[in-house]
Amino acid sequence: MTQLYDCRDAFTDTLIELAQQDPRIVAVVNDSVGSSKLNQFGKTFPKRLINVGIAEQNMVGVGAGLANGGLIPFVSGAAPFLTGRALEQIKADVAYSNQNVKLCGMSPGLAYGELGPTHHSIEDLAWLRAIANMTIIVPADSVETAQAINVAASTYGPMFIRVSRMPVPIVHNDSYRFQIGKAAQLRDGGDVTIIATGVLVWRALAAADLLAAEGVQARVLNMSTIRPLDVEAVLAAAADTGRIVTIEEHSVVGGLGSAVAEVVVTHQPVPMRILGVPGVFAPTGSAEWLLEHFGLTAQGICAAARELVGV
Amino acid sequence: MADPEQIERLRALARSIRRHDIQMVHRARLGHIGGEMSAIDILTTLYFAVLHIDPQQPNMPDRDRFILSKGHSAAALYTTLAHAGFFALDMLQTFMQPLSRLNGHPDRNKVAGVETNTGPLGHGLPVAVGAALASKLQDATWRVFVLTGDGELQEGSNWEAAMAGAHYQLDNLTVIVDRNRLQQGAGTEETMQLEPLADKWRAFGWSVTELNGHDYGQLLDTFARLPFEQGKPNCIIAHTHKGQGISFMQDKAAWHHKVPNAEELAMALAELEG
Repeated sequence: MTQLYDCRDAFTDTLIELAQQDPRIVAVVNDSVGSSKLNQFGKTFPKRLINVGIAEQNMVGVGAGLANGGLIPFVSGAAPFLTGRALEQIKADVAYSNQNVKLCGMSPGLAYGELGPTHHSIEDLAWLRAIANMTIIVPADSVETAQAINVAASTYGPMFIRVSRMPVPIVHNDSYRFQIGKAAQLRDGGDVTIIATGVLVWRALAAADLLAAEGVQARVLNMSTIRPLDVEAVLAAAADTGRIVTIEEHSVVGGLGSAVAEVVVTHQPVPMRILGVPGVFAPTGSAEWLLEHFGLTAQGICAAARELVGV
Repeated sequence: MADPEQIERLRALARSIRRHDIQMVHRARLGHIGGEMSAIDILTTLYFAVLHIDPQQPNMPDRDRFILSKGHSAAALYTTLAHAGFFALDMLQTFMQPLSRLNGHPDRNKVAGVETNTGPLGHGLPVAVGAALASKLQDATWRVFVLTGDGELQEGSNWEAAMAGAHYQLDNLTVIVDRNRLQQGAGTEETMQLEPLADKWRAFGWSVTELNGHDYGQLLDTFARLPFEQGKPNCIIAHTHKGQGISFMQDKAAWHHKVPNAEELAMALAELEG
């Protein structure tokens, strides 16, 4: 049985390590201490865990002010509220002001399952991708989450990082080094490319296994930076494999699939399938059930790939 | 008590700042004169008598921070910064021209001395709370001042930040409310009542003082008393007049963003000869 990990543990462990080395690291939360798994951070650095209460607009503004004062704030809250409620603060105070704020969107996508569409964050990538000067990172596993948090701390600039609560296996080996704007090719193949992001990357790998058994060779890219997109990797995939399937835990409007399609249609048009939540508010169901419901599974990816390949 | 010579110096500076401001708005055919005139005496006092700043080192780590939350009064901030030596007065002529560094709302990445990009209302105070907290967390002594409009206090984000300022006992933070009682189209009280405003700030845990925002003596004496109380953030409700200094603009909502024609400009400049 493959071991599964909650990426929030990697997030919080890494943040504590960073804070031990660098006094500028602080965390800002909207009462989301437990859901951001920052209890231990708060015990270790009581003054450096700033809980502004249930007030997302103020949380992001305070983050920008802390950055103005020379600190490196990791502003952490449930992704739907952090991005939706404080969108104008993210645009004006963080991105346009070019403040060194790291926005950490907890439990994004469909992770809150049964709690319903108010708590699903399937618009965050579209909203933030439209904002200039914003780097968007969606780690695939706990190895990449830890590395992304490290890179975020040492790289100046506004960033949004999704941190998932859905248990996922490790897809990267120990030699992997996350770089902003660089896709990781996890498997090569010549018939189709599956471009996946976040907690669906391991499902893309599972799909590639199933396809290989049918004689279809799939390349798998982990597109962990949504913005700036790795245009080179997308164009190489289009040129080398001629078909692209994208899959994301997000609306099909404005996220990874849209970003890839924008590049493909203007530079190297090839047939594509975009898998995600198809522009609807999700019905009631657990996160896993919803992923099945919307075909965001290895089988769903295989079906889309077969359609493109024509087998 | 404030020194009469200092008061006279501030008065002369404010007159020059007002003259530049109105000429900028006239040239650009755009701007927000009314709220600029109401804020200029406060800005002048801060930049020439209160703030610990160095125009030669605008990013000096231990500088006092000033945040203009009412970002639409950008021309007033630009003229003040130019008079203080952050950039040449000549640059003011480019206000709102294509590719100018002087946008209709301030951009910290283009203009030395600007701390955060404002424009949408209700953004300055949360950022100021964060900056004041950063100073405290680093055991520093630099302070944070934020100037808000009064109509702007209808934005809920201000009250989130007001709670946080008191919770974190940010006595190094001062909000100055430009209480000119007018917003874009009408009075604040008929649009959405703010009163009892001082009581609201007190209820949120702030130490409040009210003054005449055009009286340099009161401004200087009040800033000299900061912090008003240990462990409490400071609120100064500055009673002001929109269009202050120009008789035909004073207290007229229409001059929120009306642009003076050549005749009005000449009349205004004549009044500001002093």
